[in-house]
Amino acid sequence: MSTIGFWELLSLDFMQRALLAAVFTGLAAPAVGTYLVQRRLSLMGDGIGHVAVTGVALGLITGTSPTWTAVVVATLGAIAIELIRSRGHTNGDVALALMFYGGLAGGVLLTGLGNQSTSLLQTYLFGSITTISPTDVWVTIALAAVVIAVCVGLSPQLFAVSHDPEFAQVAGLRVTAYNLAIAVLAAVSVTVAMRTVGLLLVSALMVVPVATSQQLTRSFRTTLVAAMLLGIAASVGGLLLAAYASFSANVAPGPTIVLLSLAGFAAAWPLGVWLRSRQRLRAPFAPIVPEGHDMADHDVAHGHVHGEDCGHLAVEHGDHVDYVHDGHRHAPHGEHYDEH
Amino acid sequence: MHPVQLTAGSVAIGGRPVLRGIDLTVETGEFVALMGANGSGKTTLVRALTGLLPLASGELRLFGTPFAEYDAWSRIGFVPQRPGASSGVPTSVWEVVASGRLTRRRLLRPLSRADRAAIDHALEVVGLPDRRHERVTSLSGGQQQRVLIARALAGEPDLFVLDEPTAGVDLPSQQALADALGRLKAAGATVVLVAHELGPLAPLVDRAVVMRDGRITYDGPPLADHEVHDPSYGDPHTHHHHTDGAPTARHDHAPHLDLPVDRR
Repeated sequence: MSTIGFWELLSLDFMQRALLAAVFTGLAAPAVGTYLVQRRLSLMGDGIGHVAVTGVALGLITGTSPTWTAVVVATLGAIAIELIRSRGHTNGDVALALMFYGGLAGGVLLTGLGNQSTSLLQTYLFGSITTISPTDVWVTIALAAVVIAVCVGLSPQLFAVSHDPEFAQVAGLRVTAYNLAIAVLAAVSVTVAMRTVGLLLVSALMVVPVATSQQLTRSFRTTLVAAMLLGIAASVGGLLLAAYASFSANVAPGPTIVLLSLAGFAAAWPLGVWLRSRQRLRAPFAPIVPEGHDMADHDVAHGHVHGEDCGHLAVEHGDHVDYVHDGHRHAPHGEHYDEH
Repeated sequence: MHPVQLTAGSVAIGGRPVLRGIDLTVETGEFVALMGANGSGKTTLVRALTGLLPLASGELRLFGTPFAEYDAWSRIGFVPQRPGASSGVPTSVWEVVASGRLTRRRLLRPLSRADRAAIDHALEVVGLPDRRHERVTSLSGGQQQRVLIARALAGEPDLFVLDEPTAGVDLPSQQALADALGRLKAAGATVVLVAHELGPLAPLVDRAVVMRDGRITYDGPPLADHEVHDPSYGDPHTHHHHTDGAPTARHDHAPHLDLPVDRR
């Protein structure tokens, strides 16, 4: 039996800091993630996370704050990745892979050289939101606020650049500058989320909420807003869940947050599949009226009158409605139905 | 003051000269069709005219201003070739069209009433006002092409540059496209478009420019489609495989690694 209850646990200082950090990371990571998914760079966050490991190790062996060294190294890494991507040819992903592993190996090697324990590094790899210090909380909040402000404030420009770079360039936008801005924002939010879910799981918080929200949305703006809300729900929910479970087992918050986020996706995905197939079936037929007059014999065969709620799929076809069943399209015509 | 004036322009891609000695002046209100066989350089030419490809030599002036000093981007409406299902996040028709308004919006300002009116008008001109809340990817190819035209139109430009608007678009949609462009022409817009075949656009064209192997071989009154593919203008009529652009010779199976300084 534990000596304190769940609600008392939440009122403790370290838990409140953790909750604050979770709210801000949950908002910031999916905000940048939406632009990364839009540009089909979902794994970029993961790559930056690997590079940031070297930054953390540098901080650990030099005795400076690993958060700041990670910000610097991750930003440099993100800029390098963006430059390779934009200048290179499409197979630039091989070059990116080299960078990812270089970053991870460099970090582990440096930590060893500095005689630091790998368990300290591990708190950055998989997150340790409950050990976050008051200064780190303020840094996290400030950086996350900057990320959110830029992602939302510049959303028309960032959207145009990620949606169609060539059009954006002819529209006079500085495409390279905006692309670098997205890379830097991604690097900053990776370091922000580093304490929450850890460098190796950062990408999940950037991408999974976006993947979940786009199952149900039709526009970029709603996807962005819904992803940010889902991000908060996952990070705060995961933290609370881990705290609640901590009375009976050793549950790490980072993986709980990620798994909760994935559970959200698993729930939304079948709904998205259903919505998309429904939309496909109900898309209007091209308004071309067939030549000739081909009567359907089905009202004789079925003794059935088509209408609202008749159970058959009704699809717009020019100025009338076709009823779809058994591979036929039946259009009402006077007393009978035509084959369309 | 001509909307487009290119003198002795040449373009090189990866060090290989692609366009040579191009002289092209477009008058205000003209509807110019750039035609030619695949690989003749017509897409490269519009990319050079919009600044997407740098000129290796020659001089480009847009609305009388040398290109290096040009910044009146709101006067140009560019319609790129329809990007496939490229976007990773759902995007509504309205959002795509609204992004065309960026040439006239300042940073961090919400959409003004004039912006909204221009976006609505653009959607009406291309005949898609009732599809504004739908996902772009749920539209047909021809409708997506009309969305891209509406996006250019939303910025209220004086010059439209369209790259293969009719490629891969079925005939009824080509007619809808021609109607939309006809309305732009009637409103006094200057139009430069790349087309492999004109189809329903033919009655709109004032002037045809035919390219062959990176040079202009004909510049004058509109031609019928079969005349463009006359052997004296281009290659014998090779059928429409849309593989414009530079030859892609590197298809080895080893993973390709470029240095950051390598240019595509």
